[in-house]
Amino acid sequence: MDKFTTHTGIAAPLKRSAVDTDQIIPAVYLKRVTKTGFDDALFANWRQDPEFVLNQPAYAGASILVAGPDFGTGSSREHAVWALRDYGFAVVLSPRFADIFRGNAGKQGLLAGVVSEADIERLWRALDAAPGVSMTVDLEAREAVLGELRVPFEIDDYTRWRLIEGLDDIGLTLRDEDKIAQFEARREAWRPRTLPVQ
Amino acid sequence: MSTPVSDTAVIPERPRTLAEKVWDDHLVVKGENGQPDLIYIDLHLVHEVTSPQAFDGLRAEGRALRRLDLTIATEDHNTPTLDIDKPIADLTSRTQIETLRRNAEEFGVRIHSLGDREQGIVHVVGPQLGLTMPGITVVCGDSHTSTHGAFGAMAFGIGTSEVEHVMATQTLPLKPFKTMAITVEGDLRPGVTAKDIILAIIAKIGANGGQGYVLEYRGSAIRSLSMEGRMTMCNMSIEAGARAGMIAPDETTFAYVEGKPHAPKGKDWDDAVAYWRTLPSDEGAVYDAEVFLDANELEPFVTWGTNPGQGVSLSEAVPDPASFADPNERAAAERALEYMDLAAGTPMKDVPVDAVFMGSCTNSRIEDLRAFASVIEGRTKADGVRVMVVPGSARVRLEAEAEGLDKVFIDFGAEWRFAGCSMCLGMNPDQLAPGERCASTSNRNFEGRQGKGGRTHLVSPLVAAATAVLGHLASPSDLPAREKVGL
Ligand code: SF4
Repeated sequence: MDKFTTHTGIAAPLKRSAVDTDQIIPAVYLKRVTKTGFDDALFANWRQDPEFVLNQPAYAGASILVAGPDFGTGSSREHAVWALRDYGFAVVLSPRFADIFRGNAGKQGLLAGVVSEADIERLWRALDAAPGVSMTVDLEAREAVLGELRVPFEIDDYTRWRLIEGLDDIGLTLRDEDKIAQFEARREAWRPRTLPVQ
Repeated sequence: MSTPVSDTAVIPERPRTLAEKVWDDHLVVKGENGQPDLIYIDLHLVHEVTSPQAFDGLRAEGRALRRLDLTIATEDHNTPTLDIDKPIADLTSRTQIETLRRNAEEFGVRIHSLGDREQGIVHVVGPQLGLTMPGITVVCGDSHTSTHGAFGAMAFGIGTSEVEHVMATQTLPLKPFKTMAITVEGDLRPGVTAKDIILAIIAKIGANGGQGYVLEYRGSAIRSLSMEGRMTMCNMSIEAGARAGMIAPDETTFAYVEGKPHAPKGKDWDDAVAYWRTLPSDEGAVYDAEVFLDANELEPFVTWGTNPGQGVSLSEAVPDPASFADPNERAAAERALEYMDLAAGTPMKDVPVDAVFMGSCTNSRIEDLRAFASVIEGRTKADGVRVMVVPGSARVRLEAEAEGLDKVFIDFGAEWRFAGCSMCLGMNPDQLAPGERCASTSNRNFEGRQGKGGRTHLVSPLVAAATAVLGHLASPSDLPAREKVGL
């Protein structure tokens, strides 16, 4: 997982609330056997509509999603986060996230920042006024900056630390690599081994 | 009080349960300030459904699989049980299996593919190879990993991200589970088996009654069970919502493990047994919850509904939803009876079936097949009932054939299949047709579990066999005497 300090990119307004994981990635895509390459699956149904925000040329290459409240509700599928990440999103801002989605996002290096409803509306207005404009998300300062507009966002300290250090769950565990190796050194000889084949 | 010996740093000075001992002996890092503990994993079982994304995650991050010698893969959920030498027709199934084969080759994982002697349901394969043993931690991306707890191992199912975590680190960050003692005292009547005990326990504590707990089964009735019976019980712990089920290792356990291909040998065996003897819960160990059951009272058990907690004794009738005090349970019972097309008050033994499924990781080991054969031998199956016998592994199939059980099945009119999960979940072509009713030795009777619209009654192998003879739910004691072969 890459370290996350600040991110600058095109911000796209998603003016919907209660975007559930089935909308983020429809169930038919769950049959795949990979953890990457889900960019085509993101909002697959909505993207069939030429008017959909991500289909507008101004938002090509968007990497920050500014969404309405209750983002990521419904099934706990991690694929929702993979699809957002694979499409190119590094940040999602919303007044409220479903807990499981927020947990999954933190694990995969996708910043899920909680912004007040009033500030989301302000961001939407600013984006409407200048479609395709870049925004900077500063994780250290917990602030999103769009031209003159600066809005604070919330993220818990632990997730923020993990993102800044670039640690996924596995990376975090591997910080204790020496302890794992010590444990392995004292494991008893009778414990099972699958190799060599008996 | 015994003083367990361990070389890990943290040994509490109080009596401990079996689960606590195994946990303590796998602590790599003790979590501080509400952080989870880091637990070492002794054995990682892999199959085709939950592993592809984990391998892909390793690949994306450029990570290796840390301990190939603690990892083993087999194909089970999607494998066909007929024509196993032909290409798999269903595209999703074929892709999953081919992906596992490719991943195993790329990462160097030991794999037992379709056609291999050790192929089979992952929870049958671990124990038969002697990899499952007391005092170890076992994980697999499959909820019925609880099966391995029968050996006094800490065994539980994990999600795909955790599968990747174990592959990369051989550890898992976990918060300790709560413990529940389930004590079953007394002698089982003839015809009453481990399956009936566990179905009765789940009916008693409910399909969510074990949530967050490791269940430890104890008492004289449990000690009298064979390893196969213990595996059946621990297998279904998950159907009570529990994280895991465990049974303290004893002479029965040691005798089962000894001599298996991967069992410890020589001095290692002696060391292992000496350690395993320290594992049973200490006198005075405190559990977070306790449940008692009288084995003398138990009868063959059967489910009438659509979760494994909705069961009664076979001699009873379909319950009236109005008899449930809890409004949620009442509503669930109403929905279940509608789906199952059953009327309240119907004696369970009057319920006719279209199919009998003898298999799944709950009941597909050699002892289960022997029990089934002992009832049907010298008899013929009921007209119009389809009977499928699916061994848990290729090795079990060979063993059964060496004993001549295959002939008993075929003479009876049953289909004798190759190993796999089969109609337990119908990911392969072995499925019920809509509306079909099945007496099944598997573990889940959820709506559509065995095929869309299919209706499942969970039973023991003995009840499955008697049902196959009579065409309606029945126990061996309902059968007329045979001419030649005695029961
Ligand atoms: S037999 Fe059934 S319960 Fe067991 S692993 Fe296979 S699908 Fe799961």
